[in-house]
Amino acid sequence: MSLLEFRCRLRYPSGFLLDAAFKTDSQVTALFGPSGSGKTTILSMIAGLRKPEEGFIQIGEHVLDDTSTRLSVPPEGRHIGYVFQQHLLFPHLTIRDNLLYGWRRRRAAANSVDPERVIGVLDLAGLLDRQPATLSGGQRQRVALARALLCVPQLLLLDEPLSSLDDALKDEVLTYIEQILMEWRIPTLYVTHNAGEARRMCKWVIRLDHGRVEAVGDTRLIL
Amino acid sequence: MSQTFLGLAAADWQALWLSVRISAAAIAISLPFGIALGWLLARKVFPGKAAVETIVALPLVLPPVVTGLLLLYALGPRSAVGSALESTSGLQIAFTWKAAVLAVAVVGFPLLVRAIRVAFEGVDPRLYQVARSLGAARFDAFRSVSLPLARHGVIAGVVLAFARGLGEFGATMMFASIRPETTTLAIQIYVLHNQPGDVSEARMWRVVIASVVLAFASLVLSEYFARRGRQHELA
Repeated sequence: MSLLEFRCRLRYPSGFLLDAAFKTDSQVTALFGPSGSGKTTILSMIAGLRKPEEGFIQIGEHVLDDTSTRLSVPPEGRHIGYVFQQHLLFPHLTIRDNLLYGWRRRRAAANSVDPERVIGVLDLAGLLDRQPATLSGGQRQRVALARALLCVPQLLLLDEPLSSLDDALKDEVLTYIEQILMEWRIPTLYVTHNAGEARRMCKWVIRLDHGRVEAVGDTRLIL
Repeated sequence: MSQTFLGLAAADWQALWLSVRISAAAIAISLPFGIALGWLLARKVFPGKAAVETIVALPLVLPPVVTGLLLLYALGPRSAVGSALESTSGLQIAFTWKAAVLAVAVVGFPLLVRAIRVAFEGVDPRLYQVARSLGAARFDAFRSVSLPLARHGVIAGVVLAFARGLGEFGATMMFASIRPETTTLAIQIYVLHNQPGDVSEARMWRVVIASVVLAFASLVLSEYFARRGRQHELA
């Protein structure tokens, strides 16, 4: 049984066809490809925010989608932490309430992640009573990471988490991500179109183009 | 009739207070439907959407008298629904304060839905998806993220529909008629206008001024909330 198995097909009204299949057992897997290759669509499907026309998604022993049996677990039942390209913090909530949004809803499983520890690792203690609009880009992305981590995910989806940051901040946030992955060892799918970033973060890579998987393997060999 | 507070007679204050209560009751009834429909029109694509939009907007362009007449034919004592209601539960709607509430709710509904729809359109739909991915079920995500972010627009719509309700006349006249329990501000002006004598005319003008002040204040309030909603959106 693989850590993650994905076999899905979806045609957009624009004509774009995603028809991708892959398995991975690596703790951190890069989903690599140019813009428009279908990376974000794959993450949306895994998170349950977009339904495949045909397909099968399984994380560990949990089947999330199986169109042959009409099984589709709703997003709130998937236990997936999703960090979007833009931070997408809730603008009407304080940083504390943003961080605890998922944690409060998954309290039964929440013992495994200690909010104090996450806040400490990501240096967020001084920001808790502030509003998202008052934070810098790097701080917002750290909050988004912590928020996803605190919903106790069985899989972490990072959708180009550095794309909205300038170069100086990229390295800082990347270091925080490395710390998180090392400490909590959550299986992660890391979307990027930057080969250097993929090589630094991931041992395994799935290369996509035009909605299809072009190659799967060791990052150093494929990129 | 002796004058009371701010130059308005007791009966005029009563009419004003009745208008406020009827308008508030109409908002209370229509707000849940307005929010549901506003959200649906802002977020979903479904067959017949254009028809729903047209039907919702219809009271905005129909003469209010026609709206009242249609309500009377749909829910009046001689209609199937009206007579069934009366025979089963003894409930009579037409020619009571309940008819005035319904008339005000129907006439103000397009304004309410339109403002709420615009408010929801201004909220980034991805925030709802983030909430779902963080473990919130559909209604939870709507209640904790989409609705609070649209709140300024929702309040603006409520104030606007409330103000429209305060001035409602045609539909109320047709469906609720002129009775003590249905004499709202607009109907009181009509009654005073049809009473002979200088005293009635002076009273009428005081009520007119009161209604203009109320309408003006409501519009200012509605615009204030709409502007706050837009600022929130930009932030």
